[in-house]
Amino acid sequence: MIFGLELSFIWAGIIAFAVLTYVILDGFDLGVGMLFPFTKEEKERDVMMNSVAPVWDGNETWLVMGGGGLFAVFPLAYAVVLPALYMPITLMLLALVFRGVAFEYRWRTERWKGVWDMSFAGGSYMAAFTQGIALGALVQGIEIENRAYAGGWWDWLTPFSVLTGLAVTVGYMMLGATWLNMKLEGRIQSHMRRIAWPASIATVGFMGAVSLATPFLDSVYFERWFTWPNLGFVAIVPVLVAFCIWRLFFGLMRHHDTAPFLCAVGMFVLGFIGIGISFYPHIVPPSLTIADAAAPDSSLAFALVGAVILIPIILAYTAYSYWVFRGKIDPNEGYH
Amino acid sequence: MLDGFSAEILARFQFAFTVSFHIIFPSFSIGLASYLAVLNALWLKTGNETYLTLFNYWKKIFAVAFGMGVVSGIVMSYQFGTNWSVFSDRTGPILGPLMAYEILSAFFLEAGFLGIMLFGRKRVGDKLHMFATAMVAFGTVMSATWILSVNSWMHTPVGYSINEVGQFVPEDWWQIVFNPSFPYRLFHMVLAAYLTTALVVAGAGAYHFLKGDADEPSRKMFSMGMWMLVIVTPLQILAGDLHGLNTYKHQPQKVMAMEGHYDSYPDGAPLYLFGIPNAEEKRIDYAIKIPKLASLILKKDLNAPLDGLDTIADEDEPPVALVFFSFRIMVGLGFAMLGLGIWSLWARYRGTIHTSPWLHRASFAMGPMGFVAVLAGWITTEVGRQPFTVYGLMRTSESLAPVAAPAVAASLIAFIVVYFFVFGAGTFYLLRMMGVPPADQKKINLREGPMRGTGQHPAGPRSSAAPAE
Repeated sequence: MIFGLELSFIWAGIIAFAVLTYVILDGFDLGVGMLFPFTKEEKERDVMMNSVAPVWDGNETWLVMGGGGLFAVFPLAYAVVLPALYMPITLMLLALVFRGVAFEYRWRTERWKGVWDMSFAGGSYMAAFTQGIALGALVQGIEIENRAYAGGWWDWLTPFSVLTGLAVTVGYMMLGATWLNMKLEGRIQSHMRRIAWPASIATVGFMGAVSLATPFLDSVYFERWFTWPNLGFVAIVPVLVAFCIWRLFFGLMRHHDTAPFLCAVGMFVLGFIGIGISFYPHIVPPSLTIADAAAPDSSLAFALVGAVILIPIILAYTAYSYWVFRGKIDPNEGYH
Repeated sequence: MLDGFSAEILARFQFAFTVSFHIIFPSFSIGLASYLAVLNALWLKTGNETYLTLFNYWKKIFAVAFGMGVVSGIVMSYQFGTNWSVFSDRTGPILGPLMAYEILSAFFLEAGFLGIMLFGRKRVGDKLHMFATAMVAFGTVMSATWILSVNSWMHTPVGYSINEVGQFVPEDWWQIVFNPSFPYRLFHMVLAAYLTTALVVAGAGAYHFLKGDADEPSRKMFSMGMWMLVIVTPLQILAGDLHGLNTYKHQPQKVMAMEGHYDSYPDGAPLYLFGIPNAEEKRIDYAIKIPKLASLILKKDLNAPLDGLDTIADEDEPPVALVFFSFRIMVGLGFAMLGLGIWSLWARYRGTIHTSPWLHRASFAMGPMGFVAVLAGWITTEVGRQPFTVYGLMRTSESLAPVAAPAVAASLIAFIVVYFFVFGAGTFYLLRMMGVPPADQKKINLREGPMRGTGQHPAGPRSSAAPAE
C-alpha cells in the first residue's frame, strides 16, 4: 500500500498508461503506413515516412513496455492472454517486422523499393487489424482454468473481434491522416485532409457500433453503463466524445492543422477510458481481477521504484525528441 | 508439414530460431554504438575528417542493424507469453521486474536518442548530438546488463522462495540481480559484442584493401579494428575461462557435457581437443585428448578427480553432442582471433599492416566469425542448461504454454519464412553498404534517406564535403 492505494492498482494504471500511449503514438505512425498506397508520388511518400522516421522506434517501445510490464507485474494475465491470442499476436509481430525494417530498407534499394513500400503499408494494416482483434477478443473474455488459458486456438475469431479489428484499423487511419495534415504542407496535406474525412466518419461509425455491442456481450458491462447512479458519471464519456467529433470535423472544414489530430487523439483516449470502465476491476474479463493477477508486493514495489524515477525522465526526453523534430516537413528539402 | 512433432519441440525450436536471429543484431549494435560514440568524440576532439566520414558511414549501417534488432526483439518480448506461458506465470515475479528495468532504462533510452543521433546533429548542435550518441551506446550496454541478469538467474537461481501457487517470488533483489553467474556472463557477452564489431569493422576495411579501393578511412578502420582485437581478445579468453570455472561450480553437468566427460576420472581427467560424442555408448569416439589437462584447467591440479555424467541421472543430462561441438567452435574461433591480433601486431611492427595481402585475407575471412562464436557460445550455455529452464528447479517440459501443436507449427513456419526473407534482404543491404568505401558516400545510398529534418534548417547531406550530418 502506498497512500492507501494497492500497488497492484497503481501498476494497473501504469500499464494502462503505457498501452494508451502506445495506441496513440504507434496509432498515428501505423496510420501513416496505411496511407502510403493513397499516393503514388515518390516525394510525397518520402515526406510521409520522414514525418515519423525519427520517432517510430520510441513509439513502438511502448508496446514492449505494455507486454513487458504485464509480464513483470501481472504475470498471470500475461500468461493467459498471450496463448489465448496466439494467432493474432504472432501475426502482429510478423507485421511489425515487415513494417519496421521498411523504414531503412526502402532507402537502400531502387529495384526493391516497391517491395518495401508494400511491406510498410501491408505490415501497418495487418498490425492495426490484429491489435483490434486482440482488443475484441479480450473484451469478449478469455476462458481460464487452473492458471492457464483453457480455450482453443481459434476462439479469438468472432464477429465482434472482426468489428473491433476494423474499428482500430480505420481509427489508426484517422490518426495517421490528421497527423499528416498537421506535419505536411501543400498538395499532400490537402490530399491527407480529404482522406481524413471518410476515415473519421468510419471511425465514428465503428466506435458507435463497438460501444453499442459491448454492453450486450456481458451483463456486467451492461450494468456498468446503464444503471443509476453509474449512468450519471459514465455518460460524461460519450458527451466528451461528441465534442471531440464535432471539433475534429470543424477543424478539417476550416483547414486547421493541429486541432483535428488532437481531437482524434482525444477520441482514442476517451474510447480507452470507456474500455477501462467496462473492465474494472478485471484485467482479463470475465474472471481474472487486477488483484488476482498481480505479482507479490515485493515485485511490484521493486519495479515501481524504477517506474516512478524513470517514466518521468522517459517522458521528458521523448517530448524533447518530438520538440527537436517539430514543425512541418519541408517537401523540397533533403536528398534529391 | 511438421506433423508428428510435439508442441514442446516445436516451441523450443521456434524460440531457438528467433532468439538466434535476434542475438546477431545486438551483438553487432552494442559494439557499433560504442564505436560510433568513440568516432564522434574523436572527430569533435581532433577535427580530423576521417573520423567524421567513418561516423557517418557506420551510422547508416548501425541504423539498418538496429532496426532489425528492434523488430526481432519485440518478437522475443512476446514469445515468453505465447509459447512459454507457464514459465512466464511462475518466473514473472522475479524475471518480469528485471525486464521492466531493461525496458525503462535501456530500450526507451536507445529509442529516444536514436533519432537525434541519426538525424539531429544540425538541429541540436555538436554537444547535444554527442550526448545523444553516448546515450544510445549507454542504452545498448544497459540493455545487455539487465537481460543478462535475467538469463543468468535462469542458470543460477538465488534469492527466491516458492509461493503456494508455485510461483518463484523474490526474497532478496540484490542476490537476484547479482546472481552468481551474472558478472561473468555480462563481461563475457559485452566483450563478445565488442570483438564481433571489431572483426566486422576490420573485415570491411580488409575487403577494401583486397579490392584495391581502400581510402584513408578504410585504412583507419582496419587499424582501429585490429587494435581492438589485440586488446580485447586476451581479456575475453580470461573472462571465458573465469566464466567456465563459475559454470563448473554452479552447473557441473553443463561442463561435463562441454568436456565430453561421460565417465568420472578419479585421478585426473583428460581434455578432449576433438572427438565425436557417442550418446548410445556414452563415450567420445575418435578422440584426440591431452591427459589430465581438464583437471588442471578446472581444478588447478593434474591429478584432481573429476566427476562425469555417469554421476548424473539420465533425465537431468543436457544433450552432449551439441554442447560439446559448439563449445569447441567458440573456443577455436577465440584462439583464431588471438592469432589474428598477434599477426596484426607483428605486421604493424614490420610496417606491413596496410600492405600484407595475407593479413587482409585472414581479416576478411574472420569478419563474420564473431557472430559464429557468439551463436556457438550461446548454444553451449543454453543447451547446456537443458533439460531445465530454471536450472535444477523447473523443467523445459513444464514451462510450455497450452497451445495446440498445429498453431505452433504454423507460426514456426511463418517465422522461418519471414525471417529469412526480411533479414536476408537486410544482410544483403548491410554487406552492400560495407562494400562501398567510406569516403565514397555518394555510392552508399541510392538516396540519402530516411528523414533529415525540416523547416528552416536545410540539411545538406548530399555533398560529403559538408562536415555535419
